[in-house]
Amino acid sequence: MKLPAKAAQPNSENLPFFEGAEKGDLVLPRCDDCDFVIWFPREICPECGSQKVSWFKASGKGSIYSSTVTRRIPGGWSKVTPFVLAYVELDEGPRVMTNIVECDPEHVSIGDRVEAVFEEATNRDGESGPPLLRFRVTES
Amino acid sequence: MSIKGKAFIAGVYEHPERHLPDRTLPQIHADVALGALADAGLSTSDVDAYYSAGDAPGFGVLSMVDYLGLNCHYVNDTETGGSSYLVHAQHAAAAIAAGHIDVALITLAGKPRTGGDAPGGSGRAGGAPEAPFESQWGMSVPGGYALAAQRHMYEFGTTSEQLAEVKVAASTHAQHNPHAFLQDVVTVDEVLESPMISDPLHRLDCCVITDGGGAMVIVSESVANRLTRHAIPILGTGSFVKSSQSGRIDLSHTGAVRSGPLAFAEAGVTPNDIDYVSVYDSFTITVLITLEDLGFCERGTGGQFVASGALRAPHGELPFNTDGGGLCNNHPANRGGMTKVIEAVRQLRNEAHTEVQVPDCELAVAHGTGGSLATRSASSTMVLGRSL
Ligand SMILES: [Zn+2]
Repeated sequence: MKLPAKAAQPNSENLPFFEGAEKGDLVLPRCDDCDFVIWFPREICPECGSQKVSWFKASGKGSIYSSTVTRRIPGGWSKVTPFVLAYVELDEGPRVMTNIVECDPEHVSIGDRVEAVFEEATNRDGESGPPLLRFRVTES
Repeated sequence: MSIKGKAFIAGVYEHPERHLPDRTLPQIHADVALGALADAGLSTSDVDAYYSAGDAPGFGVLSMVDYLGLNCHYVNDTETGGSSYLVHAQHAAAAIAAGHIDVALITLAGKPRTGGDAPGGSGRAGGAPEAPFESQWGMSVPGGYALAAQRHMYEFGTTSEQLAEVKVAASTHAQHNPHAFLQDVVTVDEVLESPMISDPLHRLDCCVITDGGGAMVIVSESVANRLTRHAIPILGTGSFVKSSQSGRIDLSHTGAVRSGPLAFAEAGVTPNDIDYVSVYDSFTITVLITLEDLGFCERGTGGQFVASGALRAPHGELPFNTDGGGLCNNHPANRGGMTKVIEAVRQLRNEAHTEVQVPDCELAVAHGTGGSLATRSASSTMVLGRSL
């Protein structure tokens, strides 16, 4: 079943990430001073404090660092249980909170290889917004 | 400068009710404030410093100082979720040690059982910078902690049965607490048979949701010396904000790996010296990881440690949460830090229930965790003594 897809509201600091998502690309900031790949997207490097960052297209590939099947939850998400909440460790380093989709929730495991899928999202007024970065399993 | 022995917990009070639909939030803050002041033998006119977190209504400290009729030249509304009240106690102890204040009042109140506004966040400017990357995935509070539990199981082989033992121990304590929200003793099987919320956390791995609150009064030595009530010296404190670690979050530990050593060092004691511990217990996994972080057992052995019966009062190796904790007794306002301190004070005063009172309890630790283990959290540890 399709998971709820609430579009994020980009701001001037994280816009390149969402512009990339519109094109189906995972675009991340990297520190100009220490080369650290920054997550969550922002214009400051949490490792060295530099505000000089450049954006690059990442591979969109990674592996599951942790995952849980949520079976009971209040609100709109109760209609889509069971669903998988996960941290994916990108091949570029960051650990990203997300959902694993297009899967049997009972067969998703830590260590599974995954790839990015960008899912359509809508904002509060029902208008389409930047797609959401979710992942599907490519190799378990 | 150390705060060791400069500040004393002179009064504590836990609201006896767990469902308060007909009392306003300010009234509950007042109930616990007056209760803790009465316990100390003080009144509102003695208070010169007031502390509250995001659960205080309206303009926070300004609204509450006004409502309670206080005269304060020192206020603080540090908001770190459920650990806020331990952080407040640390800050109050430092202000007392510096000679700025003599009587600090800290209150907590909330009505999540009745429903209504969740504490925290109100009054903060704008949206969180992380929100566009974290609020779309259906992460419930249990779901976030489940991510930490899954990782702990993966790395160390921790089992659901071991997690369940934390709840079982808490329930054996709660049966003696007439105010506890849940007073029935449960078995490991009952925990495992309760509905799954987010793998591997069952309903009985989760804390209760209760209305109510609590308060503490922290005083200088000169004030403590003129009171008849047994005042508990604060021997050491430590706090640490564990960030999302530059996007490389390690879910296998909490900020207690930093807050704990700071508190033990200031107190000049080691985990081995501790007779009783109040550990934050939003979920069973919170307890298990925190025990490792604080050094009560080796990293990765928390499961075996709790399964050994170590947590059971009065004769376990390290009795914990003898009021039943957040898992059974009370988790007012969805925040467990205040009640952790209160039960530690009861133990050191020899006023816990006789069935769970730790014999010769000389040194205790109270520990709070706020925020989410899945993202960013604040840990605060306090070492308390029966006497200086
Ligand atoms: Zn940098």
